Amino acid sequence: MGVITKDIVIIGGGSAGIAAAVCAYNNGCKDILLLEKDAELGGILLQCIHNGFGLHRFKEELAGPAYAQKWVEMLDATDVEVKTSTTVIHLSADRLITYVNPREGYVTIKAGAVILATGCRERSRGAIATPGFRPSGVWTAGTAQKYINMHGYMVGRRVFILGSGDIGLIMARRMTLEGAKVLGVAEIMPYSNGLPRNIKQCLDDFDIPLYLSHTVTDIKGHDRLSSITISKVDENLNPIQGTETDFDVDTLLMSVGLIPDTALATEAGIKLHPKTKGAVVDEHMMTSVPGIFACGNGLHVHDLVDFVSLEGEEAGLSAAKYVKGELTHDKSLEITAGEGVSYVLPTYIDTKAMEDNTELKLRVGYNARNVRIVLSCGDRQIKEINKLRIAPSEMEKFPISRDELSGCTQNLTISVKEQ
Amino acid sequence: MAKDVTKTYTCIVCPRGCDVTATLDESGGIVSIDGNFCPRGETYVRNELTHPMRQLTSTVAIQGGIYARLPVILSAEIPKEKMTDVMNALKDVSVNSPVNRGDVIISNVCNLGVDVLASRSM
Amino acid sequence: MYDIIIIGAGITGSFIAHNLSKRQCKVLVIDKEADVANATSMANSAIIHAGYDPKPGTLKAKLNVLGNRMYPDICKELGVTYRKCSAFVVAVDPDESKILDTLKSQAEDRDVTCIDRSGEDARKLEPNLSPSVIRALEFPDTGIIYPWNVAIALMEEAVLNGTELKLCEKVVDITKTSSGYTVTTDKSVYESEYVINAAGLYADRIYEMALKSKPDYSIIPKRGEYYVLDEMAQTVVNRIIYPVPGPAGKGVLVIPTIHNNILLGPNSDITDSPDNNNNTASALNYVKQNVGKTVINIPYDKVIRTFAGLRPSGNDGDFYIKESESLSGFVNVACIDSPGLASAPAIAEYVINEVMQGRFNYELKSDYIHRTPIKYMNELDDEAKNEMIAQDPSYGEIVCRCCLVSKGEILDAIRRPVGATTVKGVKKRVGPGLGRCQGGFCEPLVVDILAEELGIDKTQVRYDSPDSVMLVDKM
Repeated sequence: MGVITKDIVIIGGGSAGIAAAVCAYNNGCKDILLLEKDAELGGILLQCIHNGFGLHRFKEELAGPAYAQKWVEMLDATDVEVKTSTTVIHLSADRLITYVNPREGYVTIKAGAVILATGCRERSRGAIATPGFRPSGVWTAGTAQKYINMHGYMVGRRVFILGSGDIGLIMARRMTLEGAKVLGVAEIMPYSNGLPRNIKQCLDDFDIPLYLSHTVTDIKGHDRLSSITISKVDENLNPIQGTETDFDVDTLLMSVGLIPDTALATEAGIKLHPKTKGAVVDEHMMTSVPGIFACGNGLHVHDLVDFVSLEGEEAGLSAAKYVKGELTHDKSLEITAGEGVSYVLPTYIDTKAMEDNTELKLRVGYNARNVRIVLSCGDRQIKEINKLRIAPSEMEKFPISRDELSGCTQNLTISVKEQ
Repeated sequence: MAKDVTKTYTCIVCPRGCDVTATLDESGGIVSIDGNFCPRGETYVRNELTHPMRQLTSTVAIQGGIYARLPVILSAEIPKEKMTDVMNALKDVSVNSPVNRGDVIISNVCNLGVDVLASRSM
Repeated sequence: MYDIIIIGAGITGSFIAHNLSKRQCKVLVIDKEADVANATSMANSAIIHAGYDPKPGTLKAKLNVLGNRMYPDICKELGVTYRKCSAFVVAVDPDESKILDTLKSQAEDRDVTCIDRSGEDARKLEPNLSPSVIRALEFPDTGIIYPWNVAIALMEEAVLNGTELKLCEKVVDITKTSSGYTVTTDKSVYESEYVINAAGLYADRIYEMALKSKPDYSIIPKRGEYYVLDEMAQTVVNRIIYPVPGPAGKGVLVIPTIHNNILLGPNSDITDSPDNNNNTASALNYVKQNVGKTVINIPYDKVIRTFAGLRPSGNDGDFYIKESESLSGFVNVACIDSPGLASAPAIAEYVINEVMQGRFNYELKSDYIHRTPIKYMNELDDEAKNEMIAQDPSYGEIVCRCCLVSKGEILDAIRRPVGATTVKGVKKRVGPGLGRCQGGFCEPLVVDILAEELGIDKTQVRYDSPDSVMLVDKM
């Protein structure tokens, strides 16, 4: 029996995967299969009931489920085949995919191109090795969000939050509005990783203190969480003895970072980026394995869903070109993160194959005002952009054209410089 | 001579989060508003100074849906201090599936002139 | 009236119960925990040591070697995984090499297979061994198990054959009567002819209840802390890597697990309470520093969890396994620290055949029932998987995407004898939550399944103990 083939198989039906499917379809590729592990499409947006989605894409501020629904409606207008409650088990470098669902069992198919839109997972308490006991009542913020917003169950009444990422901040507001007492948010860095608007409307509005340069150093409770201890940290992020403060809480939510889900990428032998923990890609979102593309939070963690969709569309367009034989995969210029930049994507640009214009996406390493972001090729400065304000919590985009890169023969570096 | 006071606000209208500075005269009157990228930032700060407004999203119980809760959003912002009232108004609401995105779940909630709308179809 | 009451459903109590369930006697097992193998047996290195290192002449030396030889067959009979993964004990200087000489001669005396390797030779087999390793002894008969899976399987089979099990019941008093013992718990009162005290960290307190005075041994809880690495780090080592043993025990190890994780640890710190199984920053740092002496290139960004376990150590260094001198029929199976797990099957035989010398000589049952092993989808080929899914589609519904556990397997874990009643119980039996997301994605689904299967509201679902409340209110 021959293996069923599909031109494009997209793994993950969240915002990146749906956008990739829609875009690939609208660019002439009709034989597309979208695989989603949950019972419906939409991914993590379905539990993000707060507003703030879609400002770039739809010019309106939507709640997460509404943003997802608008995309699903666009997908419904296509003939993309969708399988929900379907988990992908294996992915090989030659694009064999094994998935399972209750209706078909285990099925292996072959794809002309694969788009990994697998999303990310939350770093857990275990991953950051927070000391203390291991009672119930310690959750990642996203898990608590799911219990509250989708299942309709409150996870606790007296809450502390570790990490000032957006999910943590949003949960502080959400739990407060649902009647819980949020005693504080601790952030190990000297600045918050959340959007300024969330500090304002999630913490300041409710007088919830934000403890910068603090982390949780002890967790007590044999059964359910009974208390936590926070401590101030020094410049090396090590707790300072004698600065401990205890909080009697029944719930500790962890909002300590997101990590791209790369289990399948790893299995397929795709090279991973040491900083983003996602795949290394070129400007077409193609990974180190030809014909396998990656996008969205499964590639690197975004702060706005609109950009996730945009990146999904880029991957969808590229995959469509790839299956039509219009995409070359030459060894190309490497772009590295210089001073002040924590990472830059893509890692490679092929100046011959690139579109007329493309965008570098980067995250800076610190908060600053009035700086320049500078792209150089060796000693030669190619382009610079002035920035009024930069923050590690906000992804920066750096547009670059083929003309600007013409004549570049050696690797590129992007850095932050004082004005 | 009377001294002007400045107050800085992080605009929450969109994820951009502009730092908007309002300069006030001695009696609290607005002299100028700067730092906003768009006009909505000025409106936001004017509201913050007089009557802060907030969007509110939450959930209501739904019967027969894929999940136990239906996410809801307001048709417009409400005074910040009314958020608790609206949350209380949502507590005992239960709707039946199917619901369409944008359906009015509660009209004129708490007499605020604002509707509670379904954020999604379910 | 029971013939025998066993206090403690850890690995030791489970082996004893299982052994006795083959005989015509009435046995009750009582444990204060919410599940079998929930304290010391839950949190340890999960190694079936070969038995070369306990001091000559000790019970530990005798029972470890015997136990190591019993495990492969027992695990096969029970249908649980046992993997002979082999181990290196490595020396980094000539003094340590001298200790290897001692271990080697002890191994020879005990008929334990031992291969002497140069550092270079060892590094060929384990490329991440530190360059400072100058010599390694390989013990190919060293194995790994999931201790709780073995204990649960043992107890399951015991219960299938008539053993009674009471969980979440705390023994509060034991009184000698003319015909045996009255054991009072926080829920009920039971009578038996014999009592076996396999209460682990609480063994001395249990004995004191019966004795009404201080016993002649005391339990010193020694905490060991560990890191768990994601299966993506599984290539770090193939074998268990031990440093040379020191006064504090076997030292900090690097250990592959059955599910292809890697454990790093443990340290050994005396604590003042048998409940202090908390992690501490200092011990975790100690583990990191010491692991580096034997193994390099450890990907700490692949840490998914830390845990701590307590060893119920005795005051004289050996197991304390004997009948009470003043209370006849009261047997202490105590101070079972390392190599307690490796020795456990031999401990059960030793108690029944030697300590009780024929007094447990009940007739063997002719209608003994073997358990049906849990079918793990991951261990089947695609055809067998599809047969399962065709019969029951829930086997095609993946709940835990990290460890690829289906809803069908979770339902099995709940429906079996000694079935899971808690989130932790499900995790122990079939694995959702053991992976890199640590339950972040699958826990809400597991809670749903437990609530539905047990016919309770989700607010009644517990993580582990009856007080480990999860969801506090229905909105």
